[in-house]
Amino acid sequence: MSRELDNSVELQEAVRAAAAENRPLNLTGGNSKAFYGGEIRGTPLAVDSHCGVINYEPKELVLTARAGTRLDEIEAVLLAQRQMLAFEPPHFGNNATLGGSIACGFSGPRRPYAGSARDFVLGVRIINGSGELLRFGGEVMKNVAGYDISRLMCGALGTLGVLLDVSLKVLPVPECEITLVQERSQAEAIKVVNQWASLPLPITAACYDGLQLYLRLSGEPEAVAAGKNLVGGSETPERNRIWSDIREHRHAFFDSERPLWRLSLPLQSAPVELPGKQLIDWGGAQRWLLSDAAAAEIRKTAEAHGGHATLFRGSVNRNDVFHPLTGPLQALHLQLKRAFDPQAIFNRGRLYPDF
Amino acid sequence: MTNRAGASINKQQLVAELQTILPPQAVIHETEALRPYECDGLSAYRRVPLVTVLPESREQVVQIMQLCHRRKIPVVARGAATGLSGGALPLADGVLLSLAKFNRILEIDPAGRTARVQPGVRNLAISEAVAGLGLYYAPDPSSQIACTIGGNVAENSGGVHCLKYGLTVHNILQLQVVTMAGDLITIGSGSLDAPGYDLLALMTGSEGMLGIVIEVTVKLLPVPQRAQVMLAAFDDVEKAATAVGEIIAAGVIPAGLEMMDGMALRAAEDFVHAGYPTDAAAILLCEVDGTNEEVSATAMRVRDLLRAQGAVEVRTARNDAERISFWKGRKNAFPAVGRISPDYYCMDGTVPRKRLAEVLTAIGRLSAEYGLPVANVFHAGDGNLHPLILYDANRPGELKCAEDLGAEILELCVRVGGTITGEHGVGHEKLHQMCVQFSEGELEQFRALKRAFDPDGLLNPGKAIPQPRHCSEYKTLGKEVLTAPGLRAGDRA
Ligand SMILES: Cc1cc2nc3c(=O)[nH]c(=O)nc-3n(C[C@H](O)[C@H](O)[C@H](O)COP(=O)(O)OP(=O)(O)OC[C@H]3O[C@@H](n4cnc5c(N)ncnc54)[C@H](O)[C@@H]3O)c2cc1C
Repeated sequence: MSRELDNSVELQEAVRAAAAENRPLNLTGGNSKAFYGGEIRGTPLAVDSHCGVINYEPKELVLTARAGTRLDEIEAVLLAQRQMLAFEPPHFGNNATLGGSIACGFSGPRRPYAGSARDFVLGVRIINGSGELLRFGGEVMKNVAGYDISRLMCGALGTLGVLLDVSLKVLPVPECEITLVQERSQAEAIKVVNQWASLPLPITAACYDGLQLYLRLSGEPEAVAAGKNLVGGSETPERNRIWSDIREHRHAFFDSERPLWRLSLPLQSAPVELPGKQLIDWGGAQRWLLSDAAAAEIRKTAEAHGGHATLFRGSVNRNDVFHPLTGPLQALHLQLKRAFDPQAIFNRGRLYPDF
Repeated sequence: MTNRAGASINKQQLVAELQTILPPQAVIHETEALRPYECDGLSAYRRVPLVTVLPESREQVVQIMQLCHRRKIPVVARGAATGLSGGALPLADGVLLSLAKFNRILEIDPAGRTARVQPGVRNLAISEAVAGLGLYYAPDPSSQIACTIGGNVAENSGGVHCLKYGLTVHNILQLQVVTMAGDLITIGSGSLDAPGYDLLALMTGSEGMLGIVIEVTVKLLPVPQRAQVMLAAFDDVEKAATAVGEIIAAGVIPAGLEMMDGMALRAAEDFVHAGYPTDAAAILLCEVDGTNEEVSATAMRVRDLLRAQGAVEVRTARNDAERISFWKGRKNAFPAVGRISPDYYCMDGTVPRKRLAEVLTAIGRLSAEYGLPVANVFHAGDGNLHPLILYDANRPGELKCAEDLGAEILELCVRVGGTITGEHGVGHEKLHQMCVQFSEGELEQFRALKRAFDPDGLLNPGKAIPQPRHCSEYKTLGKEVLTAPGLRAGDRA
């Protein structure tokens, strides 16, 4: 049975009370992603009670749900109409909620080819730090009335407001999907994947596990068949599982006690020389690194490639998770935080220690 | 004259200071020379700026902003001025900063499929420069021969191919921005995300209110192997509107899905001879693209669907020349309508697709009520309407009448769950409708966000987000205050 409850008024009262007492809050959804981000100082406020799909119209390609709705429930509702969340959000547990996924801004293997979580956000309803209920964006595909606060919420880790409802663009499930496998060196894998991506091929995922390159093609059967002819490689049906295994960090690669780093790099960046083990996803743009190397070294290397590094999981020091901001950009972040949450009551410390 | 801090300033002195940053010909200050800068594509509103500057380097922009920040002089950025909401309308007490000289493509990276360009580069010039690599830049506003990528970022512009390939926000990676205080910041990154808040999304569509964009890194896509466009004629507008939803319900995401009503398609036909069926009540243009085999299969499905939805005729472009011709009519629809009326006023509401038929009928009713013809040509797949209100500015009261009709159309869009602007921006034009779409709390959140970037309110002030006073006046006085705030009748052409 799916749960359904509009809890926005109670949540608003809770935020107002906290604001009145200047008491920081730790917003919790399904807690599936509690490992991610910095240490939070604040009393827990459970937001997962606010749940249920509010509106879903397959013809409009739009779904609106309360933030506490479980992600697997949303996916099931969509699948019944042969539609999907094209950014393939990772769940990291059975309790993953829509709100948590949007707040973390996580996207799965389809990201480089279909877009990220924020690309599919059309509108939100939030409670800001003053306890006001506000609505931005909407359920239409194009909307430039006012600043794009809906997308700003994506990846803000709840530091700008409590997400109440989220409207997302959804897409049809591709008719046909195959995974092709080829043996390649790392450098070769990065190179060919990006060559193929410059051609009109229906690529929807590409990863490299250290030995083999996996490529997923999706779309009309005719397009997939044509793509397969061009790129070659062997096709095994059970290989489609690799995408959910990587997305959920269930793949054997992730079975490790070492800190897990996420390097976000330009797609075609050359192999990264750092101690530890790597798995490449997103056609080269996302590199998972299991390494005991010093944070400073990893960050410097990522920067040298034109990217940045996040200490994704298993960190000792949870105050140094995200790539630090500097100068005017850092000042701007502080100003923005104040514009939404003047007393810094939401998720203090989760994004940056000084928020 | 006084600046925005209430202190008196002297134009000559400001010009002299600007001339220490820029060569004399890049500081335009005489009234006659300033005339060409008095409006954007919404030419019903005009205002001569205090000074226009034409910098050509990052350093110059930084220094201009630092100077204006110090002197508390407002600044308005200007690209190609094709904007349709008065976003680049100058201020009589402000500097108009034209990005026209920032017109170089700096770097093309074929392997990474990106191009780094200056903001004054024309939209189409990017696709032209990378065509040899089999790549293109997807968002294609109808104004793409003229409009700049900087303007596209500021408006989050769309085009006829956005249904499948997204808007500007989905197709850019990184921006270099100069803030009002003159700080240079990099937003986004060369990878697919950046640490911190998603400022790239926030900057996109911010209408030149948060910073001056001085460099844009865009994503490039492979040119599809084949594109096929179908033209379906309907004897009834509502049937055409219903067909739009049915195509999408069938799981097809066309590369483009556009609609033109009878008046628009006849004007376009007269202008560019696209081969449109001039007796139709409406046409749909539906493009599918992909690999050869895929296109053949999908086109067949779409043709069957269109016929099942009651299309009286479905034509498939026989070759690329005919395909281009079908699109040419659509892309030239605005100027074509411009030929049949002394003036037209272009609206830009978006509605849920399922309400299209009903909204088009209601627009027809309003058009009759106001006695002004309305032609419709729009991005049907996205539900993004462009009702073109035909009027004659030389007839007393007609502009006002067109504005009132436009306001009713936009408020209708909000009532059916849509928005007052899908891609043209609020600008100077739709400030009052912002009071209808948003609560005071929401507007105040926008203002707080703006202050985070520009505490003194010097960057493009008076646009996009209404002040509380405007909303309270609009709510009590209604249309009587409709002529946008800050403009007197004498400001008009
Ligand atoms: C015939 C016609 C057809 C059109 N078709 C479409 C269409 O299909 N889709 C669509 O989306 N739009 C369309 N438009 C609207 C317009 O072309 C777009 O809004 C375009 O993006 C504006 O670009 P521009 O360079 O002309 O910007 P301008 O009009 O000069 O400026 C627009 C706004 O951007 C700001 N700005 C400009 N450059 C910068 C910069 N470097 N940094 C910061 N702010 C900046 C300005 O201050 C202003 O607020 C059409 C317009 C016309 C006249």
